[in-house]
Amino acid sequence: MENSILKLESISKSFDGKEILKDFNLEIYRNEFVTLLGPSGCGKSTTLRIIGGFEYPDNGHVYYNGTDITDLSPNKRNINTVFQKYSLFPHMSVAENIAFGLRMKKKPQSYIDDKIRYALDLVNMKNYANRMPQSLSGGQQQRIAIARAIVNEPEILLLDEPLGALDLKLRKDMQRELIRLKDELGITFIYVSHDQEEALTMSDRIIVMNHGIIQQIGTPEDIYNEPQNAFVADFIGESNMIDGVMVEDRLVTINGTAFKCEDTGFGPNEPVDVVIRPEDVELSENGDGVTKGVVKSIIFKGVHYEIDVESDIGINFLVHTTKHFAKGTQVGINVIPYNIQIMHKPASIDEEKIDAD
Amino acid sequence: MIKHLRRLYIGLILIFLYAPIAVLIVLSFNASKSRVVWGGFTLDWYKSLFTNEIIISAFGTTVLLALLSAFIATVIGLLGALGINHMRRRQTQIMMFFTNIPLVNADIVTGIALMLWFIRFLPLGFISVLLAHITFNIPYVILCILPKLKQVDTSQYEAARDLGANAKTAFFKIVFPSILPGILSGFFMAVTLSMDDFVITYFTKGAGVNTLSTMIYGEIRKGIKPEMYALSTVMFFVILLLLLAVNFLPSRKKTAK
Repeated sequence: MENSILKLESISKSFDGKEILKDFNLEIYRNEFVTLLGPSGCGKSTTLRIIGGFEYPDNGHVYYNGTDITDLSPNKRNINTVFQKYSLFPHMSVAENIAFGLRMKKKPQSYIDDKIRYALDLVNMKNYANRMPQSLSGGQQQRIAIARAIVNEPEILLLDEPLGALDLKLRKDMQRELIRLKDELGITFIYVSHDQEEALTMSDRIIVMNHGIIQQIGTPEDIYNEPQNAFVADFIGESNMIDGVMVEDRLVTINGTAFKCEDTGFGPNEPVDVVIRPEDVELSENGDGVTKGVVKSIIFKGVHYEIDVESDIGINFLVHTTKHFAKGTQVGINVIPYNIQIMHKPASIDEEKIDAD
Repeated sequence: MIKHLRRLYIGLILIFLYAPIAVLIVLSFNASKSRVVWGGFTLDWYKSLFTNEIIISAFGTTVLLALLSAFIATVIGLLGALGINHMRRRQTQIMMFFTNIPLVNADIVTGIALMLWFIRFLPLGFISVLLAHITFNIPYVILCILPKLKQVDTSQYEAARDLGANAKTAFFKIVFPSILPGILSGFFMAVTLSMDDFVITYFTKGAGVNTLSTMIYGEIRKGIKPEMYALSTVMFFVILLLLLAVNFLPSRKKTAK
């Protein structure tokens, strides 16, 4: 594909005999916002460090615009990184920090001055040029780290969980800021995160990883609505994951009760995982529905209520709804066929959901 | 009551530590050669001190030795600290164990051991004393630099590489300024220790070479002269100033933040 800017080809990497990446293949396109998403230790940061040139893969190649850059040191790559801990140089002012990359390239002073002004303007930090990094807040330091990276006009910007240390409000602001920057600059963003909400908000494409293996690649909508295995379903958002049996195409039974669905292509009577998002479970007070249940608990969450319903078919449903149901209420439970997602049982351990929570 | 006792206790300790030095300083200004009679204030001992050729030459040797051995030990110690910092934990522990042995080892053992080697391989003289001082200074330099190095975030070095700096530039522009206070305190520590040392110098110096401490020792065996009081006073203040510099450097760094 001519639009491809970066290609990782059968990369593997081990640390102390522990395999972090296994035969990892990935292609990234121009101007996209890609997020590598997964729990800690899934290999997402290692992937980013291999792209940046800070780690050398045991096997495989990295191609940048079709050229093999596997052996190229970080200072020779047209890729810049925004580090998790900001990593501003403490003994240099904000302006000197931003100028560092340009000075390395021996750019004239007037050009550097222009660039500093432009970059500070871009991250809304105009009046901070002469401040020292320690005198800035976390969010401000992060903006400077971004400014320092983008003045070098990289074609790819790597971001290693850059918002991890910020509080929720600031994180939301910075997410919006990053999307704006990406649109303004037209460069490729490769973002590493363990925060599924962050990934869903900002990405054009999400790569869900676990145990060094890609679990699913897709748009945020794909990943959320059509998870390909239990791990993805569990990691992205909350979900009801229920054991079921696929009786025939478009019909699944859960503990003997039949639910209509839209999935086809599973073997007759194949045991499957059934995924139903909490917001897709419909409750009715008059008792209509595929089955019935009793409201066990209800918690107010702001936008919605989180309800635990014990159903007559022997499983508990997690339900998100804007309607209030008093504890102990008898309710009908219904799910429209479109909202039932059927998955094969996990084929390997990395596809299983994590039971840590 | 308790408060007074506390003060008394601290006062006693300070007197115990510093009264002898105070007496020495007072005697260095005593016009009488007697150690018990005050014969009036004089600077004569200081005058004869600075005109005495033996003393001046010993002073020159001491300063040259201190600066040279501290500089070389700082370079070697810095390289050592950089290496140790990149080792895995187990290797670091082993290296630090061997680094610490010369620190706790009795000076006399180090002195005699070094003397045995030097006698075999080179004539005792300035070079052998210099090598000996470098040897015992290195561990202190490593101990001063290593904690600073541990504080330097590797991602700062990586950020410099990322922004186009090669390995050498990234080290000198980013890592070096961060560990400079450690390097300086290591250097000053080494200067102080070198000026302070008697035992190891005594065993490795051979004939003809004298530092202030070995020279004083030799003079005192012939009989105590008041010039020695003056000289000891000067040495006390020089080392005091160096110690202040060592302790002051890191704290100045902190207040700058």
